[in-house]
Amino acid sequence: MAGYTSHSHQEIDNTKYEFTEEELKQVQYHISKYPDKQSAVMPVLWMAQEKYGWLSDGAIQLVADSIGLSFAHVYGVATFYTMYFKRKMGKYLLEICTCLTCGICGGPEVLEYTKKKIQANEEGISPDGLFWVREAECLGACDTAPVMQFNNGHYVHNLNNDTIDKLIDEVRKGRLPEFVSIPLRDQSIIDD
Amino acid sequence: MQDWRNYKKVLLPDIPNLNQIEVYEANGGYAKWKEVITGTGTHTFIKREEKVLEDGTKQVIETKEQVPYSPKVVVDIVKSANVRGRGGAGFNAGLKWSFMPPKKEGVPRYLAVNGDESEPGSFKDRRLMEFNPHLVIEGILFACYAMEMDAAYIYIRGEYVDYLNFLEKAVFQAYQKGYVGKNILGSGRTIDIYVHRGAGAYICGEETSLMESLEGKRAYPRSKPPFPAQRGLWGCPTTINNVDTMAQSALVMRYGAEWYASIGAKTHPGPFLYGISGHINRPGIYEYPTGMLITDLIYKVAGGMKNGKKLKAVIPGGVSVPILRADMIEGVRMDTDSLAAAGLDIENGKYGFPLGNRKLGSMMGTGGMVIMNEDTDMVKLVRRISQFFHHESCGQCTPCREGTGWLEKLIIKIDEGRGEMKDLDLLFSLTENMEGRTVCMLADASAWPVRATIIRFREEFEAKVKNSVYAVS
Repeated sequence: MAGYTSHSHQEIDNTKYEFTEEELKQVQYHISKYPDKQSAVMPVLWMAQEKYGWLSDGAIQLVADSIGLSFAHVYGVATFYTMYFKRKMGKYLLEICTCLTCGICGGPEVLEYTKKKIQANEEGISPDGLFWVREAECLGACDTAPVMQFNNGHYVHNLNNDTIDKLIDEVRKGRLPEFVSIPLRDQSIIDD
Repeated sequence: MQDWRNYKKVLLPDIPNLNQIEVYEANGGYAKWKEVITGTGTHTFIKREEKVLEDGTKQVIETKEQVPYSPKVVVDIVKSANVRGRGGAGFNAGLKWSFMPPKKEGVPRYLAVNGDESEPGSFKDRRLMEFNPHLVIEGILFACYAMEMDAAYIYIRGEYVDYLNFLEKAVFQAYQKGYVGKNILGSGRTIDIYVHRGAGAYICGEETSLMESLEGKRAYPRSKPPFPAQRGLWGCPTTINNVDTMAQSALVMRYGAEWYASIGAKTHPGPFLYGISGHINRPGIYEYPTGMLITDLIYKVAGGMKNGKKLKAVIPGGVSVPILRADMIEGVRMDTDSLAAAGLDIENGKYGFPLGNRKLGSMMGTGGMVIMNEDTDMVKLVRRISQFFHHESCGQCTPCREGTGWLEKLIIKIDEGRGEMKDLDLLFSLTENMEGRTVCMLADASAWPVRATIIRFREEFEAKVKNSVYAVS
């Protein structure tokens, strides 16, 4: 990757950033959805992040080149949204909500417990680099507070210290959480 | 108000696998859309005229007329139902649709559907996407037909990736059945629906910011005017509606405007998704008519307070709306008018929330109700809320970028016992200098909870601060 300076990362990055034929077709599909190719930047950033785990300068340059935009524009977009990772962190991100409802229903305590459990450093990363814990803003699952989003994907509902213990053990064994559908409430009325 | 106890759910009915198109069709789904798009159905338009008879008495004469579903008729139906936008602002959706300029050949028009639900305390759209996505899609189709649009973009927050998949699958099924896409059911009309995934920014729920994000930019809100109906997505006429509003519009088309207007509160009608969370026995989404008593929702619907604790406060519609004290909710109903007057009769309205030149109880917002018990520390609550807004301010306008940070810093100072009495006045002065001085409403939304909580729980703030003035002795 010539022609850019490294903004966020001091080490020399030897990764070869490239989309396969199949992925390039996917990029073209994203471009075709909108009247202007610039709109494809968010979906293609998602593709790059899923492929490389995070958005290094090289990955951002790849997104820019494959759509035909400037590095600066794509970099600007990538740095605006919190779900795009601009740094290489732990392998699995545990985002624990401590916002409004989760905040009053034990979210902050679960967050503290999780940090201790994985022996997180100041940045929230475990010594083995497997886990990365971060405080989340409202995830929109207040009925099952406190809630966690696992690695930008599935939600883990109704957290407490036991569920955290179980989750960490399972992930260490290579079993990742699955999607859990929370059934609708039955609307039986309670009268005194 | 009709008897809510016998209310039959329509937004989230208890039908297994309703998110599968065959099940949805078997329960009356897309039937109206077929009638409308193919021009086979007609709408019974009832005209009421008042006539004064010779003897002076008045008589209402009803005339019925069968009219085809032209785009204008669809707009009129939704307008007359008074579907109030479910995104929080509560504006009449049909009226919003009627703001679109006349169709010009060669100028595309777009619908942006707001599924960025990020308001803390709100989680209803997520349930719709999972359990009844086709109702949302059908509503989108009616909206696109009524406003003669070419495509709809559904913007969903990045965190909802699982729920986005439900919606995407439903869109795919609707394409396969020919309800969406090119030459829909042989009508010659083309409407495309695309799903767009956000990436974690609260501000994208603001309509102009959502458009910027869809255009592939940093999501800085735009100044209005020009309004989206004039210059929206890619400079073309655009309307932005909430996911829930789309579902409501589909119901209006299916069951009629009169049916819709007869449900719930007169000035704010329709089925409503109450999202109840917090210190409550059965948190969840409950579908009932608008205008429910807050006390019924807490004790009869959601099973009462957890562990038998006492109720302290209720946030009725997402974090931005003014918080209500427990002594303010007696007899208050979940509709705009009743909430606006909530608690104003207490001690000459000392808990009134000043907004413009009037005093307010609270607002409907998104209907995400957060219930808090007696152990809740209000200063800590506001501290966390301010942290949220500081984190989510997009940084475009100075009063918001700096103001949200100062709000948070001051409240941290008070919470940690380093604050002084004059800091409370400083907080008020800060909020006044933020509100109405920015491009979008985020500054107002961040200032309101601070101001409302200090007005209504002043004693808790005072207990945490030191005196600024000391008696000389």
